[in-house]
Amino acid sequence: MIRRLAALLLALLGATPLAAQEDVVLGLSRNVISISANFDGSDILIYGAVKRETPIPPETELGVVITVEGPYVPLTVWRKERRFGIWVNTEAVEVDLAPSFYAVATSAPFTSVMSHVEDLRHRVSVPRAIRSVGAPISVEDTQAFSEAVIRIRDADGRYQLLEDSVAVREQTLFSTSVRLPANLTEGTYRTRIFLTRDGSVVSEYDRDIEVQKVGIERWLYNLSQSQPFLYGLLALVLALAAGWTASAVTRLIRS
Amino acid sequence: MQLYLPIAEVSVNLILLLGVGTIVGILSGMFGVGGGFLITPLLFFMGIPPAVAVATGANQIVASSVSGVMAHLKRRTVDLKMGTVLLAGGLVGSALGVWLFNYLKEQGQVDLLVRLAYVIFLGIIGGLMFFESLRALRRSKSGARPKRRAHVWVHGLPFKMRFRASGLYISAIPPLLVGASVGVLAAIMGVGGGFIMVPAMIYLLGMPTKVVVGTSLFQIIFVTGFTTVLHATTTRTVDIVLALALILGGVVGAQIGATLGSRLKAEQLRILLASLVLAVCFKLALDLLLTPDELFVIEQTS
Repeated sequence: MIRRLAALLLALLGATPLAAQEDVVLGLSRNVISISANFDGSDILIYGAVKRETPIPPETELGVVITVEGPYVPLTVWRKERRFGIWVNTEAVEVDLAPSFYAVATSAPFTSVMSHVEDLRHRVSVPRAIRSVGAPISVEDTQAFSEAVIRIRDADGRYQLLEDSVAVREQTLFSTSVRLPANLTEGTYRTRIFLTRDGSVVSEYDRDIEVQKVGIERWLYNLSQSQPFLYGLLALVLALAAGWTASAVTRLIRS
Repeated sequence: MQLYLPIAEVSVNLILLLGVGTIVGILSGMFGVGGGFLITPLLFFMGIPPAVAVATGANQIVASSVSGVMAHLKRRTVDLKMGTVLLAGGLVGSALGVWLFNYLKEQGQVDLLVRLAYVIFLGIIGGLMFFESLRALRRSKSGARPKRRAHVWVHGLPFKMRFRASGLYISAIPPLLVGASVGVLAAIMGVGGGFIMVPAMIYLLGMPTKVVVGTSLFQIIFVTGFTTVLHATTTRTVDIVLALALILGGVVGAQIGATLGSRLKAEQLRILLASLVLAVCFKLALDLLLTPDELFVIEQTS
């Protein structure tokens, strides 16, 4: 209890104008990411500067933490067990909300730029980003399930912890680049920037990046959702036409 | 070169996709199977979500079967009457299968059941075909004529029909049942069902191998077409872009396959198909038996 109060006090102190006022001026290489037919992932460059009215606080080093998070979607995580000699999905855990993409870039090792308390408060690190894991009572090690989500998504580039990847110059300019993989979920990607000193957040800023399909990809996707029967017929007609044309062409070539 | 698939929401290598399409097309033309039993697992390996792989596979089979059936029509190796009877059963079976699929989905074990269905059916049919064709091959080498199997129970059934192209005079009930059971399995396993229907036509109905391939392709066109529209309206997982890429490779492959098929002897053709079916069965069984690298599976709920 006392620890929590102290943390709260500390957090309040950090937000008061007593501390040096430092704000973020942000630039993004792009605000909109278009998914076209040849989309193969995308790099976004996030750069900016720290605006301040007062001189740079001398004793502490400026830390920068940048997160990019994709739309949150509910998940079901299954665990396999060997039953009658074969591997079967036996236990399921529902994860109410997990980001479809999540990257954390920091200017130094994560624990040194952001304290545990601040991490909990702002939900910055990857494990913090996964919310409300609901498991049936029979499942004891819920932790293993959320760890599995992180492990699997880490492996396919959906979750990234990029320590030491934010370059900070003169405690004022910072920049980093984040790789968005090809299997992006459409939606709004929130980009957050935290300036920290001594592990506590002194300034926070966020900006949205829109990720959307364009052109034929968008048209097809919308059709499949709004006119599914028409879309099905289109698929069928295209297949029939393609098959017929192909055989007609080969016959022509042979004769 | 990468291609982004709008429904699957993944980016895949175009050359790889075309290659998969071509291989499946060759099989389709050669054996009269849709190739779904091969294309669906191959798409899984490429990282395409299972639901999309199954639904789109059906769509691609429509095209490769049309292309294949044209070649067979020209050679007059399609029994249209038999095809229509099989089809009537097939549509009923397919609707029944989709209902069953959704029921199993609610029970949460559909993935395992699909895999088990693959292993069991591929194993039985592959084994059956393999030994049967080996025996037939030995018989033809020794010069003895193969005896046509006497289907006592088949001949006793009512509603007899004459199937000229197949040279059969049998009851319509067995083909209807074959069509229906293939339809059920097709819907559950997300395949055209040719790999089940071809042996069923040979061993159960006693059709000559020559017309079996064309007739099964004919029936598959309609069943997979039906499945495509059904998937588009219910699961909404048919990816036209993915299908077109597979079709492009597939139609070329089907022509190659039809030519190759007409040059090989029927018994050799059957041994080849049997080995292929057994190989896929073996691989799927291994996946179920061996300890997986990752014990957890993520399923997007929305």
